Amino acid sequence: MTQHEKSQNFLSKIKTNHKKRFSGDSVFRTIILLIACNIFIILGLIIFKITQGAWLSIQTYGIKFLWGTTWQPFPPEPTAPPSFGALPLVWGTLTTSAIALLLGVPISLGIALALSEFTPKSFNYVISFFVELLAAIPSVIYGLWGIFILIPFLQNNVYPHLQATLGFLPFFQGTIRGSSVLTGGIVLAIMIIPTVSAISRDVFAAVPNSQREAIIALGATRWEKARIVMSYGRSGVIGAIMLGLGRAIGETMAITMVIGNSFNMFTSLFEPGSTLASIIANEFTEASSPPVYISALMEVGLILFALAIAVNASARLVIWRSMRKTKEAEML
Amino acid sequence: MSYKIETQNLSAWFGSKQVLQDITMKIKGNVVTAIIGPSGCGKTTLIRCLNRMHELTPRAKVTGKVLLDGEDIYGENVDPVTVRRRIGMVFQKPNPFPMMSIYDNVAAGLKLNGIVDKHRLDKIVEKSLKAAHLWDEVKLELGKSGASLSGGQQQRLCIARALAIEPEVILMDEPTSALDPTAAAKIEQLIRILAEDYTVVIVTHNMQQAARVSDFTAFLYLGKLVEYGSTKDIFENPKSELTEKYITGEFG
Repeated sequence: MTQHEKSQNFLSKIKTNHKKRFSGDSVFRTIILLIACNIFIILGLIIFKITQGAWLSIQTYGIKFLWGTTWQPFPPEPTAPPSFGALPLVWGTLTTSAIALLLGVPISLGIALALSEFTPKSFNYVISFFVELLAAIPSVIYGLWGIFILIPFLQNNVYPHLQATLGFLPFFQGTIRGSSVLTGGIVLAIMIIPTVSAISRDVFAAVPNSQREAIIALGATRWEKARIVMSYGRSGVIGAIMLGLGRAIGETMAITMVIGNSFNMFTSLFEPGSTLASIIANEFTEASSPPVYISALMEVGLILFALAIAVNASARLVIWRSMRKTKEAEML
Repeated sequence: MSYKIETQNLSAWFGSKQVLQDITMKIKGNVVTAIIGPSGCGKTTLIRCLNRMHELTPRAKVTGKVLLDGEDIYGENVDPVTVRRRIGMVFQKPNPFPMMSIYDNVAAGLKLNGIVDKHRLDKIVEKSLKAAHLWDEVKLELGKSGASLSGGQQQRLCIARALAIEPEVILMDEPTSALDPTAAAKIEQLIRILAEDYTVVIVTHNMQQAARVSDFTAFLYLGKLVEYGSTKDIFENPKSELTEKYITGEFG
């Protein structure tokens, strides 16, 4: 064999080897791709099945379902048809979520700023550990704690004072109930703290050190430095808050246990109410007949699903854009 | 002859690693003093000790004295925040605040000092941008983001931001190393002009730059001050063999 033939032989061996490896790779790649595509199939099937279940209700009540204010699976006069509308549920979901953000976000931002700007590293591990532990508590435990500890405490020690001082506002009037919209909001506030504080902490930690040095060299105090960090991470924090909102909107078990479960277009926060999620949890087992009852609950689920997806998707978008901005600033 | 800054037996550590050893030097007012030396010799640490920025690094430690107008800035009752308002700093990489406009970048330090009067702010912002030779380029777009400027303009914006709080000393940590030659030349011209009103201390790894802009030069090697004198002397007849070797490019 000449030198040339030898090298030709060698080359063709490499080529066949390469081909073999390549075909193995492509099989692996296809399998992995199919597994990854499952996520679209699962999501698609969920949307399809809920819509299918809700179809009867959608056909019967149309778009009016969204602003209807009655919920009568079994109307008082037996001949009347059942009627359903979701507005008080949407109202309950939005109100409890708003209370959750109002109370939970300042605490979460405080935790995040303390961790990224003020406390020593060794202490950070301890605080982070406990905050993340909050996220690991099952929501039914929050509910139990709400019923047996939080509700009696709030009802006896907090709400009367609240009514005495802020009673001129319509939100704090009427009979004080422990199982109420306000209690639901407070429990949700505690439950969103781990999400909002963990993401905000990461956002603050990603602020380039050069920004901190810039403001310190101008003679800034620690608080003024923290303000620069917050304003730099502003859009990321908005994303964190929206993820917290997503959690608050979808939370079911704990809120069902403390909100009082009354289909009620409330004005006072001391009244009991319901949310989109809580009514499903509360009524699903009894909703065997009439068929439109279960379909109406399915439609409530569809509204909840759409709301949660919209909030989460925009949160991800905002976080992603802020992270990209941070990276660009680092490359300057 | 009075000295603006005087270090006495200044030593600095990162953890257990000593990066500065017994630096004693006197820096004159209204001149440009350059600190040169090979990478890792401690020159950045030295100027970060002059405005108490070094101690912000975790596990960093400083001993010795730094006198500003005869008063020790490491003294017991001295607030580092006040020190930093008298000693401005410009960093290696331009670091404007990207979420603020050009105007707000310059005004950032003033607002920390509680100046909110719009008329007064306008005046100081204009004066500082003019002093940083940036005014003509940005006067029509003061509302634009500080991040929209070119690298050289950003660095001049950072200089304007430092000048706005009217410091007495300006520290510059390799201010041109991230810039192209044209932008660097503009900053060098600016440094010469600034020396008329301010005391400037500049760290540079570029010996030509030190020769061009400075009146005095300090040569640092392995955390020790090897030689310090007028720039002319250091470059033309250095006393130490080590300095000569470094100047002539034998190492570094």
